[in-house]
Amino acid sequence: MSGAVSPQAISARTTAVELVDASVRFGGVTALSKANLHVARGEFIALIGANGSGKTTLLRALHGLVAHDGRRTLGAGQREAMVFQRPFVLRVSLRRNLLIALALARVPREERAARAAQALQRVGLAALADRPARALSGGELQRCALARAWAVRANLLYLDEPTANLDPAAKREVESLLEGFARDGMTVVMSTHNLGQAKRLATRIVYLDRGALRADLPTAEFFAAHGLDARADLFLKGELPWTSD
Amino acid sequence: MNDIAESLRLALQLVAQADAGLVRTVALSLAVSGAACAIGSGFGLAAGAWLAVARFPGHRALIVGVNTLLALPSVVVGLVVYLMLSRSGPLGSWGLLFTPGAMVIAQTVLVVPILAALSRQLVADALRDGGDQLRSLGASPLQAALLMLLHERWAVLTLLLTAFGRAISEVGAVMVVGGNIAGVTRVMTTSIALETSKGDLPLALALGLVLLGVVGLLQAAIALLQRRGHLGSALAGAR
Repeated sequence: MSGAVSPQAISARTTAVELVDASVRFGGVTALSKANLHVARGEFIALIGANGSGKTTLLRALHGLVAHDGRRTLGAGQREAMVFQRPFVLRVSLRRNLLIALALARVPREERAARAAQALQRVGLAALADRPARALSGGELQRCALARAWAVRANLLYLDEPTANLDPAAKREVESLLEGFARDGMTVVMSTHNLGQAKRLATRIVYLDRGALRADLPTAEFFAAHGLDARADLFLKGELPWTSD
Repeated sequence: MNDIAESLRLALQLVAQADAGLVRTVALSLAVSGAACAIGSGFGLAAGAWLAVARFPGHRALIVGVNTLLALPSVVVGLVVYLMLSRSGPLGSWGLLFTPGAMVIAQTVLVVPILAALSRQLVADALRDGGDQLRSLGASPLQAALLMLLHERWAVLTLLLTAFGRAISEVGAVMVVGGNIAGVTRVMTTSIALETSKGDLPLALALGLVLLGVVGLLQAAIALLQRRGHLGSALAGAR
């Protein structure tokens, strides 16, 4: 037996998730075209682009929620979770929503109550644990979804415009939680329309246009507009329409 | 008009006197239909949840088939169950024919398609809203569908009431498999049919009004329960 570690094994240890040549079509519409994206562990990637550019589809393809004709590889030991733009919660209490998530994640029954309590504490919702989850405000719902992801010890988190429709205070709370998660080593892939937010939080920016990845650069380089194609440059300057044509 | 007024007076009199025969008949009606709904809900809701997420060749045809069974004539159900339970039938050894047990089986067969068809639609609609989130949390398709039954439990309660209404108001199946034996298998609907055939229309109508009253009370109690559930959520959510 050789002690050498193969490049594939190294890649498996550093990869959070990888998508190769993934195309998604809805009827006659191509929502994602030959997308290639390698997400390394610990990265915070912001997906930006106009409405209909394929951000949500890319997130769903990365998570395996939508069928595509490419290849998806999840890194060893990775546990995924996704926070949707409008998180879905069951019509039970906040605590019970977390307990159900923990049960689905096959967490042993005796650990569930403590982990749910810790997660609610972490996102500042402990006082609302017994409140019906459907009665939460938009910001509280997002925090509930983040608590669910944190409770199941997800280390790869997909976020679909998590702060869209939130007031500035709620937006700050969610961003602060995301910063904390990233500091703890969680890998984050987030779609956003908020360029300021992408600049503040992300380590890498992926720009999509009409279903294709047009730019994939470290955050500083992207915002310095180094090596951008013409449409990405226009988007950055706010001169591109917010919907894909 | 006179018949209707007479029926109302008679219905009130029967209730006020708490006639023993009437009480026994009402109790048996509630017991048989309640048991049929309880048993049918296990099969019907599970089948509905499964149909909402299962994908296989012939899936659509099966859904059309289940939906068609919504119009299943109760007398046909009675006939099929009669053939199964009769002495020469495959289940004849059970000795259930002309017993309340046979009536429960017949009404269960009647309510299962209702619960399966309506809960399938309910779960499918709910999954459009939250299916991806549950899958993201690690739920299998069937787990997600069953969780949606919990999520939509107030609507499920309405489905159960619909099924109960169908069961308690049918006469064909219980007449065929129960035989309308006084004190044994006589329920409200078979009593009404009997009094009608005897020509005692006011009594038949009075029994019908009592049946409606009993079911109405039950519906009101459950509506109150639903209202409390919704109100509880709303009050807890109030800032």
